[in-house]
Amino acid sequence: MSDTTDAGAGTTDAAGGATSSAPSRRSLLGWGGAGLALGAAAAGGAVAAVRGDGDDAVPAAETGAAVPFYGAHQAGIATAVQDRLHFAAFDVTTKDRGELIKLLKDWTAAAARMTAGQTVGEGAYGGLAEAPPDDTGEALGLKPSRLTLTIGFGPSLFAKGRFGLEGKRPEALVDIPKFPGDNLDPARSDGDLCVQACADDPQVAVHAIRNLARIGMGKTAIRWSQLGFGKTSSTTPDAQTPRNMMGFKDGTRNVSGTDTAALAKHVWVGDKDGSPWMTGGSYLVARRIRMHIETWDRTGLQEQEDVFGRDKGEGAPVGKAKERDEPFLKAMKPDAHVRLAHPDSNDGATILRRGYSFTDGTDGLGRLDAGLFFLAYQRDVRKGFLPVQRSLARNDALNEYIQHVSSAIFAVPPGVRDKDDWWGRALFS
Amino acid sequence: MRAVRLSVVTAATTVAALAAVTGCSSKSDSKSADGAIQVTASDDACKLSKTEFAAGHVQFAIENKGSKITEVYLLFPDDRIVAERENIGPGTKQNLTAEVKAGSYEVACKPGMKGNGIRQKVTVTGGAQTPKRDPKLDAAVAAYRTYVQQQADETLPKLKTFTDAIAAGDVEGAKKAYAPSRIGWERTEPVAESFGDIDPKTDVREDGLEKGQTWTGWHRLEKALWKDGKIGDEEKKLGVQLSTDIADWQKRVGTAEITPTSMANGAKELLDEVATGKVTGEEERYSHTDLVDFKANVEGAQKAYELLKPVASKNDPALTAELDKQFTAIEAQLDKYRTDKNSYEFTSYDKVGEGDRKQLSDGVNALSEPLSKLAAAVAK
Repeated sequence: MSDTTDAGAGTTDAAGGATSSAPSRRSLLGWGGAGLALGAAAAGGAVAAVRGDGDDAVPAAETGAAVPFYGAHQAGIATAVQDRLHFAAFDVTTKDRGELIKLLKDWTAAAARMTAGQTVGEGAYGGLAEAPPDDTGEALGLKPSRLTLTIGFGPSLFAKGRFGLEGKRPEALVDIPKFPGDNLDPARSDGDLCVQACADDPQVAVHAIRNLARIGMGKTAIRWSQLGFGKTSSTTPDAQTPRNMMGFKDGTRNVSGTDTAALAKHVWVGDKDGSPWMTGGSYLVARRIRMHIETWDRTGLQEQEDVFGRDKGEGAPVGKAKERDEPFLKAMKPDAHVRLAHPDSNDGATILRRGYSFTDGTDGLGRLDAGLFFLAYQRDVRKGFLPVQRSLARNDALNEYIQHVSSAIFAVPPGVRDKDDWWGRALFS
Repeated sequence: MRAVRLSVVTAATTVAALAAVTGCSSKSDSKSADGAIQVTASDDACKLSKTEFAAGHVQFAIENKGSKITEVYLLFPDDRIVAERENIGPGTKQNLTAEVKAGSYEVACKPGMKGNGIRQKVTVTGGAQTPKRDPKLDAAVAAYRTYVQQQADETLPKLKTFTDAIAAGDVEGAKKAYAPSRIGWERTEPVAESFGDIDPKTDVREDGLEKGQTWTGWHRLEKALWKDGKIGDEEKKLGVQLSTDIADWQKRVGTAEITPTSMANGAKELLDEVATGKVTGEEERYSHTDLVDFKANVEGAQKAYELLKPVASKNDPALTAELDKQFTAIEAQLDKYRTDKNSYEFTSYDKVGEGDRKQLSDGVNALSEPLSKLAAAVAK
């Protein structure tokens, strides 16, 4: 099981088995090391593709299996999308390259433990009474909940005079230009590092970010973070596409986490792509897209459907009967969202979407502060997100109801191969 | 300021209630001095009739044969006060009783009520042995106790400058003296707060008041000076009250219970004060002198750390290396906000932008996180 994609492909029928054999954090603790726990999970078939996005009777958080941490690619990209997100962008505050490397090693070790359902360090209790425990403890007794932790490196990390990485910045790690209509808040854009924590239980995802932030203090500081719920796209095409906060199915034609050919073509960086240390990695674009919920809700059904180019009930493209029927783009209005975002309108540009809905309460005017936290993985941003967003920003009818308020891009390195490997080893060696 | 909190150092009153070791100097001690230990104090001697006695209720019969007013203390090895008798006039006799467990103690006479006094080691036998502690840690606690007392002593004249200006109705003079009058308190805040009755009178903020509680202390005067810009009769009375309360603190601070781990956690709590109150600008919302408090909190934490370092660096050298680095880093960060490194004139906090506040907050986190591990390194 060196490849999460393969793991996904091979275990589509394992969901039931995973349900019954999913170990709790407590029991995993009792089993000993992470390797043991993972081995047991893998033997039972409880790997990446525990499906939480169908019409399962059992809530996904209760199936709770562990996703393998080690592999050719980082988990959390092709992995079947979990229910919850805590995404955090960090500034690196240390100037010392050695300290940054040590941090990445410490983070890798903690991530390996947490994704296996174990506590950080020496645990959350039982130590010295006068000292704070290593683990913060709020995930005790919870299942691994398919937690994945995915790290990325922002362009600022490669700046000259910082860590000697300026020669290693991939060309594909572009500075994202300002698009028309963008109203970006620099306080929640960009970042030297990012960690995407996805899990079926929000507490497990938050616990992971909190503990990594704690380990990082003095070397990194959280720059901004975002909680997400209700995944808005699926990497498992036979399941129903989840709905966004506007009530529409969006992202039906997403890259499937089991389609190794499409992943190789559109998502994973190849060894001839110019930055050898990125082989097996991917590029992530994160955008916080605020929705003008109240005005949307006052919009007539016909206009809502015209804006997307799909019907609201089934999610079928204009003139078609079923959600997955091939859309006939010319039947849609020229500014329909689906028409503009479709690969056929963008020279085949394809991205793997992994976004989540967010609701951060209400703003000072009583408006719901909600929208889509857009996450897209691709092999090359210049052939993925950029052309699609260029076309959308210019013409999309949806723009009347949304605003992009934060933006960030990260180079997501390949997976951690084994216990001696660590996040970003190839970049720093 | 935090509301009543007793986690760091147990308030002296609590210690008394627990009766683990109870100092008692009540007037009813005038019963016969059978078996009492005779203490003969003079201007240059402190004689005891015996230096070894049994645990339990111990009585000292004190006679001052000197020419100066004296004080007699029974002290733990770390200089914490077990029991004391003050104001013993020349030619007078006083009794002092204490409930004492087995262990080593010192008796000190302080002719003229100044200095460390004339010391005598005494041994209390029998009963439960108090657990043995690294003498280095006892020394650290004793030195920290001296520091705390020193800070309190040095606060009085600085506070007087402030309250004198209040009494004179001098708004500008009072504004100038306000922040300096708080430095000693801020450096030793966890100990100061251990006296649950003093802190709510001296350092409470308006939003920390309980129903029915009258707002007194520094921040009430801060509001009068900066927001209202005037000193009335009410403020003058509050100035007098603050002097009384701080003098009370200065007298009692030596009785706080301090242990090596409470010192370590007290250092961390000083940084917590910064993280929750100062870095947000809440503490000094009218005067915006938060960075002065910030600096004093860091200095107090550093003092406790430096004293514990000989032990901590042996148990966890990586931790003390990190702490050295982070203390240096936070000092450098703070220095950016003052032009003269020997002065406590810091940039007004309302002039510190959000980005800079975030950096200060990150700096505090970077120091507090390893500092929270100091207690464990000391207790190993």
